[in-house]
Parts: sequence; C-alpha cells; structure tokens
Amino acid sequence: MSAEQTDRQPVEELKPPAASVGVLGWLRSNLFSTWYNSLLTLAVVYLLWVSVPPFVQWAFVESFWTASGKECLEADSGACWSIIPNNIRFIMFGFYPYQEQWRPGLAVVLLVGLLIFSQFRRNWKKSLLYYWLVGLVVMGILMKGGLGLAPVESTKWGGLPLTLLLSVFGLTAAYPLGIVLALGRQSRLPAIRSLCVVYIELIRGVPLISLLFMSSVVFPLFLPEGVTVNKILRAQVAIILFTAAYIAEVVRGGLQGMARGQYEAAESLGLNYYQTMRLIILPQALKIVIPPSVSILISAFKDTSLVVIIALYDLLKTTQAVLGNPEWMGFSAEAYIFIALVYFVCCYYLSSFSRKIERELDTGY
Amino acid sequence: MNSDVQTDFGNEAIEDPIIEISAMHKWFGEFHVLQDINLKVGRQERIVICGPSGSGKSTLIRCINRLEEHQRGQIVVDGIELTNNIKNIEKIRAEVGMVFQHFNLFPHLTIVDNLTLGPIWVRKVPRKEAEETAMHYLEKVRIAEQAKKYPGQLSGGQQQRVAIARSLCMAPKVMLFDEPTSALDPEMIKEVLDVMIDLAREGMTMIVVTHEMGFAKSVAHRVLFMDYGQIVEANNPEDFFNNPRHDRTKLFLSQIL
Ligand SMILES: Nc1ncnc2c1ncn2[C@@H]1O[C@H](COP(=O)(O)OP(=O)(O)OP(=O)(O)O)[C@@H](O)[C@H]1O
Ligand SMILES: [Mg+2]
Repeated sequence: MSAEQTDRQPVEELKPPAASVGVLGWLRSNLFSTWYNSLLTLAVVYLLWVSVPPFVQWAFVESFWTASGKECLEADSGACWSIIPNNIRFIMFGFYPYQEQWRPGLAVVLLVGLLIFSQFRRNWKKSLLYYWLVGLVVMGILMKGGLGLAPVESTKWGGLPLTLLLSVFGLTAAYPLGIVLALGRQSRLPAIRSLCVVYIELIRGVPLISLLFMSSVVFPLFLPEGVTVNKILRAQVAIILFTAAYIAEVVRGGLQGMARGQYEAAESLGLNYYQTMRLIILPQALKIVIPPSVSILISAFKDTSLVVIIALYDLLKTTQAVLGNPEWMGFSAEAYIFIALVYFVCCYYLSSFSRKIERELDTGY
Repeated sequence: MNSDVQTDFGNEAIEDPIIEISAMHKWFGEFHVLQDINLKVGRQERIVICGPSGSGKSTLIRCINRLEEHQRGQIVVDGIELTNNIKNIEKIRAEVGMVFQHFNLFPHLTIVDNLTLGPIWVRKVPRKEAEETAMHYLEKVRIAEQAKKYPGQLSGGQQQRVAIARSLCMAPKVMLFDEPTSALDPEMIKEVLDVMIDLAREGMTMIVVTHEMGFAKSVAHRVLFMDYGQIVEANNPEDFFNNPRHDRTKLFLSQIL
C-alpha cells in the first residue's frame, strides 16, 4: 500500500484557485457565501459599530480606577471601577473580622491549590484523599478558629469563601449521593426503586429557593426547644439534596448507555454486584456523563447565590450590601460586571477542568 | 418422530459429569425457548453445539453460568445446583469461563488490567502474582507485546484472544464459547481457532457454540444439533457429519457445508 503511494509521481503541481485562499477567499467563504449570509454579516457589523465604541468609551477611556465615589458622581462620565478596590475586602469576605481576613483568604488559596493539584492524573492516588482530609481540617480551623486562632462565628462568614464552601462541598457531597440514587432507581427491589423515584421527582419538582426556605424556616419548627442547627449547614444540606437529584438522572442516563455485554462479562468473571458497578460500569458510565454533569455543577455553583434569600452573605449579597452604601450607590453596573467576571472565571475553570479529565480518561473507545 | 431418534444423546456413557442438565426448560415470557434439555458434560470433554439462528444455543450455554435463569428442571455445575436462592453464584461463575461473540473486553482498562481484574477481586490473588499469570496467558495466546494497550487499539482477532486469556486467568474448570469467531473477519478466525485448539490439547473442558465445522471435526468429542429449543441430535463428529440421522440435521448440514 504505502510503497505504491510513494512510488507514484505527482501528476502536476496544482495550486488551489485564488478565490479560495487568502483574506478575500476566507471572507467570501465564511461571511459572504450567500445573500442572506451577507445580510447577516452586515447587520452584525452594524450592531457592533453602535455598541462597542460607546462601551469602550465608558469602560476604559472615561473610567475612574482610583477616585472616590464622590468624585465619580461629580464627574458623571465613565465607569467608576474604583468601587471594586475600595470595597474588595468586604465583597470578598463580608463581615468576617477585618483583622482576621487573611484566614479565609488563605483557606480559599488552599482550596484552589488542592483543586489544581487534583487535576493531574499522576496525582490520583490514595494520598490525594489524605491531602484533601488534611486540607479540609486546616481550612475548617482557619475559618472557625482554634489552635490559637481567635474563634469566628459562622454567622460572620461571607463572600467568596462562603460561595466556594457551599458549592465545593455541595458538589462533592451531591455527586456520590446522586450515584447512589441512580443505582437505587435501577434496583431490582421495588421498595428501593420507588423510594429513589419519589425522591428524585419530588426534589426536581421543587425550586431550590423553596428548599432553602424550608431548610431555614420550616425545618427549625420540628427541632426540639433549644436545639439549633447552623444556618450554613442547613443551606448546605438543601443544596446537596437538590443537586443530587439532578446528578442522579444524568448518571442514570450513563448507566443506560452501557452495553449489556459489559455487565455479562463482569458477572461471568464472578464479580459481585458491588464490584461490577465500582470497577466496570461506573467508571465507564461516569466518563460518558462528564459533559452533562459539568452543566449541572456549573448551574449548581451559580445557584448557590440563592442563599441570599435566607440572609447568608455570599459573594452576590456582599456586593449588594456595598451598593447600599450611600457613597457607592448608583454604581451597580460596575459592581455586577465584576461579580459576573468572578463567576465566569470559576465556571470556566470548572469546564476546562472537566475537559482535561475527559482527555486524561480517553482510551480510544 | 422416526424410530431411530436418539434418546440419550451419548449422555449415559458419562461418569462423574462436571455439568449435568436434566429435564430443563426455559421460557422468555410465553416463548418456550429451551424444551426438555438433558445433557451431561464429562470432565475434559469437548462439545460443539450447532443449529440454526434462534434455536436457543446461546441461551443454553448462558444458563450454565446463570446469565439466564431456567424455570424447570435441574442444572448442576461441579456438584452445585443452580437455583433461585443460590448464595454463591459468583463462586460458580469463577469456575466457568465464558467467551462472547463480541469479546466484551473492558474498554477503560489496559489489556493486563482486563486480565488481572478477576483474579485480584474474585480469587484474591496478590496483584504481582496476578500480573505474572496474566503475562503467562498473554504469551500463550501470542499477544504479550500488547499488554499495555487498551482494547480499542487491538484488532478483533487480538481482542478475542485477550478475552480467552482473561477467562483462563481465572483457572476455570469449564470454558464456554458463544460463537467466538462469528464477529471476526475471515483472516482472523484462524488465529482464534488455533488458540482454542491449543486449549483443547491441554485437556480443557469446553462447550463451544460455533459453525466452524472444521473445528468441530478436529476437536469435538460430541457434536450437538439444536433446533426449536431442543437438542435434536448428538453424536461423535464422524457419525454426526457422515451419517446424520435426523432430517432437520441433514437439512442444516446441507445448508452450511
Ligand atoms: N432476553 C430475551 N428475551 C426474549 N427473547 C429472547 C431473549 N434472548 C433471546 N431470545 C429469543 O430466544 C430465542 C433463542 O435465542 P438464542 O440467542 O439462544 O439463539 P441462538 O441459537 O444463539 O441464535 P444465534 O445463532 O442467532 O445466536 C430467539 O428466538 C431469541 O429471539
Ligand atoms: Mg447466539
């Protein structure tokens, strides 16, 4: 085969037609290939023309980066980005005692470091689990105090650490729970199966906001006098229960995509149900469902901002609090753009994390 | 039925069978897929099962390691009866190797890991020892150099040889083959059959569903013909191919030979 190909002489040097190469060729084939493509191109160019220059003018040319809120108001021209640096510590850490804010800062750095470390397959060993356990204990001590650090009530936690705490723990706890629910929904035992179906359908039929309300308003009614459960913990549980139901359905889809032959091969080797699932079925099924799971994780991450309604000061709420300050009133566009950027960076990281894992797991089937 | 129809199918001669199936029936819903199956398999015996598509060949051998459940009659494997409340079905399955038409290798594991999985988790063999055994069998099926690859990177014939090696690593007492070569391109069939012939020489007990009549002639002690869920005829290969007794057997043989 290959010998035949190399022996053959090229017929003649053929160049591609001029109209299909170069800038003109690219423009023609991508932007002006038909009359309605040309129309669309022109419409888009017009829209960009009327929107981009004024935005650049507002955001960069006439903007303020260091001025106080008063100066911004008086000038009344471009964006007042100085709202961010002037309030960054409150936005990031909320009511956490000012002197101690290095502690949540360090906890966030630790968390991000662990996440990045876990991204690489060569680190996927048992020791990774221990790193996480140690990391969690350290983060807990940093946030709560102890070992010589001044104690800080969890009611004072807020901002980015709270958002990350709620989402990272929410997601890591929801995932295993979702898998168990998905397996339960496929169980041969009718009782287990219907329990899982009822749970999943019930939770999916209710908005997260109402679960959060229930956890903060209804749930305490059932507790005996004097017993209180930490508000953050209650919100955390609500988020876990909510996300798990969605994860369960995605995982179920992956399980149904598995060929019967895989179960049969595992069973005929003598593996029991638990081993078959853990060693053969779940590794493959979970890999298939990485993309839809990440969609769920990303929306769950953003949904943590709903905890504002039970008066937790997450990232969004601290920003709103800053906007309530008379000096900075009226600069909500700047503040929300900044928050949007923070959320975007986190979500983008999440999806690139998942793409990386997908590549790591690719074995060509 | 004509008068010279067999009734014992050569079962009487078998002493100390490793598999004994008696008066076994199976239904899929209303469909009576296996009807009154009686079969004894001796130790080191090699049986080839053939028959038209849909006659129940796969279902029969899948009943032997209980990938399918039968509803009437008895199946005894190595002294243990397969019943509904059987506790140690995994134990029996570990003793009965199975090779599938579509290989069913585990695509997320390397070839070695495919082979060591069963020994490590079912037989509780230490990893190192399991890997040595795996390499031994990979050499035996002439594919040791592929050990670190993934199944998706191998040809069909290579995958099927890996699948055979995977079963052998469990040191089974019986090997079941369900049309092991019918999903393969012609040039790969021989490499798989050669491995199976080696296995036969070493005295493995084998039940093989196949339409490779050359293989049946040279390896089988008994050839069974199934049709409509019944064992219609069974005989040593020579008589089976040269003097088929039953009309349906004659028709079938005329179609495939
Ligand atoms: N899970 C099932 N549910 C219902 N019917 C089934 C099932 N599996 C097999 N059957 C039916 O049982 C009959 C026997 O199937 P089986 O696979 O045993 O045939 P076979 O002899 O192996 O055929 P082939 O040569 O095509 O593999 C077929 O008619 C098939 O449609
Ligand atoms: Mg079949």
